[in-house]
Amino acid sequence: MTQATARAPKAQRREPAEIFRLVLSYAVLILVTLAFLAPLLWMLSTSLKPNFITTRFPPQWVPAQLSNEGYAALLGPNSQAPVFRWFLNSMIAASAQTLLILITASLAAYALARMSFRGKNLLFGIIIATLFIPPVSLIVPNYLIVDMFGWLDTLWAVIVPGAAGAFGVFFLRQFFISLPRELEEAALIDGANWFQIFTSVVLPLSKAPLATLAILSFLTNWNDFLWPLYVLFNAPNFTLQPALGILQSSYTTNYTIIMAGGMLATVLPLVLYIFAQRYIIEGVSRSGLKG
Amino acid sequence: MTTGQIGQAGGAPPPPLEEASRGRRKPTDAAPLTPYLFLAPYLVLFLVFVVAPAIYGLWISLHNWDYLLPGKPFVGLQNYVDLFTPNSTTSGPFWNSMEATGKFTLYSVPLLLVIPLLIALVLNQTFPGRTFFRAVFFAPYVLGVAVVGILWRFILDPNVGLLNYYLEFIPGVPENIPWTTALPWAWAALVIPTVWWTLGFNAVIYLAGLQDINPELYEAAKVDGANGWQRFLNVTLPGLRPVLFFVLTVTILASANMFGQAYLITQGAPGNETRPAIMYIAEHGLRQFQMGSAAAMGYVLALVLALVSVANFTFFRYRGD
Repeated sequence: MTQATARAPKAQRREPAEIFRLVLSYAVLILVTLAFLAPLLWMLSTSLKPNFITTRFPPQWVPAQLSNEGYAALLGPNSQAPVFRWFLNSMIAASAQTLLILITASLAAYALARMSFRGKNLLFGIIIATLFIPPVSLIVPNYLIVDMFGWLDTLWAVIVPGAAGAFGVFFLRQFFISLPRELEEAALIDGANWFQIFTSVVLPLSKAPLATLAILSFLTNWNDFLWPLYVLFNAPNFTLQPALGILQSSYTTNYTIIMAGGMLATVLPLVLYIFAQRYIIEGVSRSGLKG
Repeated sequence: MTTGQIGQAGGAPPPPLEEASRGRRKPTDAAPLTPYLFLAPYLVLFLVFVVAPAIYGLWISLHNWDYLLPGKPFVGLQNYVDLFTPNSTTSGPFWNSMEATGKFTLYSVPLLLVIPLLIALVLNQTFPGRTFFRAVFFAPYVLGVAVVGILWRFILDPNVGLLNYYLEFIPGVPENIPWTTALPWAWAALVIPTVWWTLGFNAVIYLAGLQDINPELYEAAKVDGANGWQRFLNVTLPGLRPVLFFVLTVTILASANMFGQAYLITQGAPGNETRPAIMYIAEHGLRQFQMGSAAAMGYVLALVLALVSVANFTFFRYRGD
């Protein structure tokens, strides 16, 4: 704000020195940005060229020869890798877990935000404390519990346990507390019960934070690597991320195929990001303001 | 630390409804069971997949728990004792991997504190296109670590990678740097992709913090004749203190949880020098099925990280008051 007011009068009559400074700042910024994006562009470019060009120098950023051999090897009828299955598995797991988180976290967060009951602060304290436990420290007992349910090597293992994370509860409770109470109180006096208030007053007011939580949860599950790597065993049951490890070790130097796999795992998050950027960035920055 | 956060998170003034409920019931009070019904679905998940594992893990860690063997004899604290006995089978590799985690954290955290702050300071100016640049710097964060891993494994390949190709043009830089197989290069091979991947996350958090600083403070500092650097030291940094604490804590935890990069880029090479604790625990417990000692290692790791978080908290509380 300060800068804006300070700069406004100058903007009317720009001196050459200032124009030069402005052009220079933009040039630097654009160069840095391009370098920053280069790895992504390289993945895209590599996935679109025949493999024999991928390791040629000087590197062809714009392939002289386009080829779909990478994508065809993964998605074509003779594919050795069940990529469609992986994609579908990731889709199912991420959607199901997101739904589970939205339902359970919003109900719990509402109780923690609005209702009074014994042990509330202690309970909330315990839930939040788990945000600081590295999940991997419990990987062994969690594995055995999932085993008891008979969920090893099934999608249940990558859907249910992760939904116990505390982030959703924490995030939605913040928002519910900030809502004005008047609407809820009016509805209560009109004879609505708490569940009706929750579904017909609170949830409709919470579309933005619910959307944010949904997108963040979906991305987290979609991108999870460590846990599915150890609880899924057979290739057809894999989700996309751990499957990329398989592609890397089985196609070692066929970079076209490996990068095509990377692109396939990236397309959905990237599209989601482009269209829902505001929700994602706001969700992240809001989570930081609590510190 | 947690209590401090809750205090702020729930910082709204005490809700009048709750005050009233201590005396007489108002129509707006919930029936005694209602809160528990709302909590039930989440609490079931929380109990089964967070609380139960935390307790069950302790029980497992007291046994010689080999998943593949029928007998799982009780061994008391032996798994823990072994971890602290210099020549036992587990203590060497475990502390070696803890050291790797520590080194990675030490190398990556300073970069992840400073570079995103610089980016946030630039993006905090008002100029056309700033939302676009913010979006660009955040973009890699939406990728999975597996994508980051396979992509950078290719870029850092000693023979066919882009990085070595471009480095050849810089005089004085050694040729064919073995990024993924030799030290100290292997650390760079883990740190560079991590910084690239997550700097946008920290930058966005810094940016929100910067926008919360009262602009009048800058005006006042200017009136007092403070130059840009002095304003940064005396207005910006103090204003960012809570955000800095958050970023530091989250970044340390994230670095200590590094796994995919090591798994896909260096595979722990050379030797097991870059194999982080998490990778060793997961391999030891879930590939070699030595679950008792792996569970014990999980708790030692969690304890170390908790101590680090407490140290951060103490440091930030005593500084700047």
